Amino acid sequence: MINTLLFIVLPYVVLVVMILGSAYRYWSKGFKVSSLSSQFLEGKNLFYGSLPFHWGLVFLFFGHLIAFLFPRAVMIWNGMPIRLFILELSAFAFALLTLSGLLMLIIRRISTPRLWYVTNKMDLFVYLILLLQIVSGIWIALAFRWGSSWFASVLTPYLRSIFTFNPDIAAVSVMPFMVKVHIISAFILIGMIPFTRFMHFLVLPLAYIWRRYQLVIWNKRSI
Amino acid sequence: MVFHLDKCIGCHTCSIACKNTWTDRKGAEYMWWNNVETKPGTGFPTKWEDQEIYGGGWEKTKKKPKLKSAGKKKGLGNIFYNPKLPAMDDYYEPWRYRYQDLFDAPEGDDQPTAMPVSDITGEVMTPKAGPNWDDDFSGSPDYARNDVNFKNVSKEEQEALFMLERMTFFYLPRICNHCLNPSCVAACPSGAMYKRGEDGIVLINQKKCRGWRFCVSACPYKKSYYNWKTGKSEKCILCYPRLETGQIPACMHSCVGRIRYLGVMLYDADKIEAAANAGEKDLVNAQMEIYLDPFDEEVIEEAKKAGIPESTIEAAQKSPVWKFAKEWELALPLHPEFRTLPNLFYVPPLLPTMASMVNNVYESTSDELWATIEKSRLPMEYLASLFSAGDTKIIEKVLKKMMAVRVHRRNKTVGDMNKKEANKVLKDTGLSPETADAIFRLTSLPLYDERFVIPPAHREEAIEMMEDTHEYKGEAGLGFTERPKRGL
Repeated sequence: MINTLLFIVLPYVVLVVMILGSAYRYWSKGFKVSSLSSQFLEGKNLFYGSLPFHWGLVFLFFGHLIAFLFPRAVMIWNGMPIRLFILELSAFAFALLTLSGLLMLIIRRISTPRLWYVTNKMDLFVYLILLLQIVSGIWIALAFRWGSSWFASVLTPYLRSIFTFNPDIAAVSVMPFMVKVHIISAFILIGMIPFTRFMHFLVLPLAYIWRRYQLVIWNKRSI
Repeated sequence: MVFHLDKCIGCHTCSIACKNTWTDRKGAEYMWWNNVETKPGTGFPTKWEDQEIYGGGWEKTKKKPKLKSAGKKKGLGNIFYNPKLPAMDDYYEPWRYRYQDLFDAPEGDDQPTAMPVSDITGEVMTPKAGPNWDDDFSGSPDYARNDVNFKNVSKEEQEALFMLERMTFFYLPRICNHCLNPSCVAACPSGAMYKRGEDGIVLINQKKCRGWRFCVSACPYKKSYYNWKTGKSEKCILCYPRLETGQIPACMHSCVGRIRYLGVMLYDADKIEAAANAGEKDLVNAQMEIYLDPFDEEVIEEAKKAGIPESTIEAAQKSPVWKFAKEWELALPLHPEFRTLPNLFYVPPLLPTMASMVNNVYESTSDELWATIEKSRLPMEYLASLFSAGDTKIIEKVLKKMMAVRVHRRNKTVGDMNKKEANKVLKDTGLSPETADAIFRLTSLPLYDERFVIPPAHREEAIEMMEDTHEYKGEAGLGFTERPKRGL
């Protein structure tokens, strides 16, 4: 019962909330979508926090995405022990990088009085859920080897079953506690995107890549 | 726009008018969309002209100009941390005084004081810098000596400048230049910044801005500011709500010295890229070539074909900017080497001449007329570093013209000069007596309507009958319809 709730109901709820909530916030509350940078108030420590955190997270995100999209390729890659070690080690290094960045960001926010005045309750939630997510991830990497292989063979089918509206939770129900924590906190994180500064992840300015540099807008285009 | 520096008295009325109209909000306290700097000095934010620090503006490359520290690769690569962003301490931490303490203080032996409290934390603080902190501090080691524009001035000359009897300064009022080749627009990853086609005003769409802050670092004039409270960037909007209703911007309206001029300039947008990539020595000329003669039949024909209303062309013909910048070649862009092609031109100041002690007498007169210009208290190199990318010839030409107008007027109204010499001075600069009179008139006795020539906004042709123009443009600039409350 509890497994059905957490691994079938929850993912669908968070997906609906994330999509509808983000769309509403993007189109009708555009003014309230921002990266909410605090570099202006404190720049030095941010460098040591923001850069490792974000870049570490980018790699972890794509690591999970690749395992989700191309599980077979990951399995084949892991076929040779040396390649498995390389993958696991680099993923672990990025996880540590992300964790150290996040800790730096938390310390920075606590120790810089100026930042208290641009911190709201949701920012605290963001720190907590990220901490939970990363610590549980590192725990799993240490305790349940080798994640890159069993993720591709066990979790990918589960996640795919969600997206094909044919949820199969047999495998995920018997997962160790920490793995469940990692999955559930990930769901919550996704669901909270429209209610937190996570929103800036969705407005990553990729359109800049193919945009012309200069932008001129006419009231009535006549020229 | 033209700012006539010879007339600026440094009263900061423009700054106050702007501040009270637009930036007296939370998060915007530190912003000065209009500020007046003492030159030589380090300016606001500190050393903004030093692009080694802030990486603003464009760089010349073989084909077309390239953003110095922003753009598709550098901008997106640094999206998690902007290495060139000025921080609050480069501006100053805003504060206000707790005046209520003066009333609430208990009886005691000492006078109660109104303590300064930070606008950010609300804690008592000691201001270390503030608006116009360096006002009139031109000889000071902290400010004047750190002026970036002294790079071409020799050490001896610099030391001479800081001697008390030679010390001099002038004021440099600055607003957004609403550039032809704005680096802020090009650097904005979100596409929130744009230039309005009709009047060239550069704006930030507050609903599209995501606070990546690349406009702040990319603008070499540091005229885009980050609102730390709302998480959005803001800048001078040239009072577009006023302009659209036929009023002039607040800073220009309130200018006590009447140094500001506003008018239409027609230009050829196809030439922008090449002009922004011109060689260092050609920059000023290349920019001036972009602006088209509003009296030229061909230009009028093309403008009409392009749908520019008759009244706009007429306004361009009456434009004081056209006269100062193009016809008389008296006004120059500020720091053309930033390659943004600024639309604000400055008439450089005619500074007092160099004085020295001769036989224990403070001597500041000279028999030769032109010599006084070359010996003006601020070296030519200094003014050239500000207004002509280092070319002293351009500055010399402008100052000589201004001097010639003075000589001509003195000859005409006082008549105590050698007539022949006075006429020769005028001839040397290529000015006719009529032109000299016109320059004098527009400089000293201009009427309101001569200083500001704004064409009607042609609202009847706009789309607003059918659509909400604000909605169409994505609710540009300011004018919130919802409270500017910070997002989550």
